[in-house]
Amino acid sequence: MILANSFSIFIYIRSVGGSGTAGGGNDLFLYLCALNTVPEKNKLINCMPFRIIVLAKQVPDTRNVGKDAMKADGTVNRAALPAIFNPEDLHALELALRIKDQINDAEIVVVSMGPGRAAEIIREAMYRGADRGVLVTDRKFAGSDTLATSYALSLAVKKLAPFNVLIAGRQAIDGDTAQVGPQTAEKLHIPQITYAEELVDVNSKQITIKRRLERGIEVVRSPLPVAITVHSSAPVCRPRNAILVMKFKHARTTTELQEETKDYTELRLYRPYLNIEEWSVEDIQAETEKLGLSGSPTKVKKIENVVLQRKESKAFTADDKDIDLLMQELMASHVIG
Amino acid sequence: MNNVIVYCEITEEGHVAEVSQELLSKGRKLASDLGIKLEAIAIGNKLDNIEKDILPYGADVIHIADDKRLFPYTTLPHAAILLKLFEEIKPEIALFGATSIGRDLAPRVASAMRCGLTADCTSLEIGDHTEAKTNTTYKNLLYQIRPAFGGNIIATIINPDTRPQMATVREGVMKKEFWPAVAKPEVNKLDVAKYVNDEQFVVRIIERHIESQKINIKNAQVIVAGGYGVGSKENFDLLFDLADVLGAQVGASRAAVDAGYVEHERQIGQTGVTVRPKLYIACGISGAVQHRAGMDQASMIISVNTDPNAPINQIADYTILGQVHEVVPRMIKYYRQNSK
Repeated sequence: MILANSFSIFIYIRSVGGSGTAGGGNDLFLYLCALNTVPEKNKLINCMPFRIIVLAKQVPDTRNVGKDAMKADGTVNRAALPAIFNPEDLHALELALRIKDQINDAEIVVVSMGPGRAAEIIREAMYRGADRGVLVTDRKFAGSDTLATSYALSLAVKKLAPFNVLIAGRQAIDGDTAQVGPQTAEKLHIPQITYAEELVDVNSKQITIKRRLERGIEVVRSPLPVAITVHSSAPVCRPRNAILVMKFKHARTTTELQEETKDYTELRLYRPYLNIEEWSVEDIQAETEKLGLSGSPTKVKKIENVVLQRKESKAFTADDKDIDLLMQELMASHVIG
Repeated sequence: MNNVIVYCEITEEGHVAEVSQELLSKGRKLASDLGIKLEAIAIGNKLDNIEKDILPYGADVIHIADDKRLFPYTTLPHAAILLKLFEEIKPEIALFGATSIGRDLAPRVASAMRCGLTADCTSLEIGDHTEAKTNTTYKNLLYQIRPAFGGNIIATIINPDTRPQMATVREGVMKKEFWPAVAKPEVNKLDVAKYVNDEQFVVRIIERHIESQKINIKNAQVIVAGGYGVGSKENFDLLFDLADVLGAQVGASRAAVDAGYVEHERQIGQTGVTVRPKLYIACGISGAVQHRAGMDQASMIISVNTDPNAPINQIADYTILGQVHEVVPRMIKYYRQNSK
């Protein structure tokens, strides 16, 4: 069994390496290398470094909203709410991990835009398999709509270029707009695949993705680089990995480090992956007037709290008699039957 | 120039999608309010008779881009056509269905034009706005109204400075209404080669399985809908039983769909289908504003809930305080015994 398995890998490497001479020295060397990495199934050898960027957002948990959730100017008061990893962005991370499973030397960079505490979701992504993280954070981003947000994100992504695949969740639960993914793709002038459900195939030149549409599926193939937004029907994200939790538990942004009581300077010197980069407006070279409220073509004119006009309603209990009475009334008035 | 334009989605069968016809109806009213024209754009393949699907809704101008590479929909060519056309005709308002096509296309176009876009609007109106800081008054803006922030608020969004003012709307939210035929509608067949280039066809569709709509709750007269409070997939079967005896369709809230009780096609609300049945029986649905946005125009609402203060009870005509798995079987039993 083991032999057969190794043999198939041997053939695979030869075809990738492109050498025509059977059993040549180079092939033998690769064969031996392959034996050492047999558990890494189906990985392509000789792939160029492959960079996957995942856009992730920390969102207020809109299922638990209190009274002080909105500020007077109609923007969201994020500080007053519990913050979570946006659910569809976790599906996006899983897609990135599946691509990484297939490509040798692939690297996953998580980019999040938000306040300092959004570093929490970058660490969470690292515990699940992301290699490094960037927090794009600046007060000047506050109040950005989807257009201003995608402008800032596209500049952060450009700073990480070259990249092969850009992945984000289809939409965030605090806005449900599904606009930032396509808008970022447009600003980067790359094609987009939205509503992604499954990775069909990927190599260094192109990716094949199954999309979930209202009434069916579609399999599309795009050259790289490409932007992909991931639907909630895609596979759920793998859980934290204990080894990765140990590896990244001291990952911090510069701001977070200043609040640490212990000095980890030496540790960080040897383990540069523990530094979560923090980028400001200047770092991504953004024009301030294209950010925040001034860079946002949509304005909130009015916010209304939802107040219900109580209807005159007839109340019944779950008593058999009560239900029979109601059904009798409905049938008599021909609403049913 | 400066008109309302509706992007008309083309179905598998080669017709204009219902959601686009609903938007044509809404666009017609907005255009009449503003004293401007209604334009439509259809992009696809073999669109010879497509005007027939558009004219009854009062379009003054129909733009058609017909090319075999333009169906099925792919993002880049459709975006390129819209961008060039919008540059030429400079629309005041552009409306898209909030479908997997509209939500893919509209943001791409909005980004390239650097203009504002509001997703999933539940209402569109015309109104004025005065900017407090500069004391500038903007006349006749498009109010883009939608629930926001998990449905805890209703927001009115405007785009004072950028054109077109863009919005997407879900299927069923606007009402499809015929309009007296326009005297001399103008049909403008676009020279596709001038609007797209080969590079825009880099994303290739290699497989497609689109089913015709299996579940159609939109036009059901009676709907039995369940929420997270139904509690389990097994309890949901009771709703199917009740729907069966009443000749009704089963709907669901987003929470019930997310919990895996039923398929997404049955979701009612802002991110699902909007329905206007004669009777709506809401079982274990608390009634968040997004859900109510999809069903509050039902003629009669019955709420079955264990919480007397559930928001849905405030818009219900009848409330039953109790467990779904106790109440529903009793309803079935009574109906079976007493119907002819």
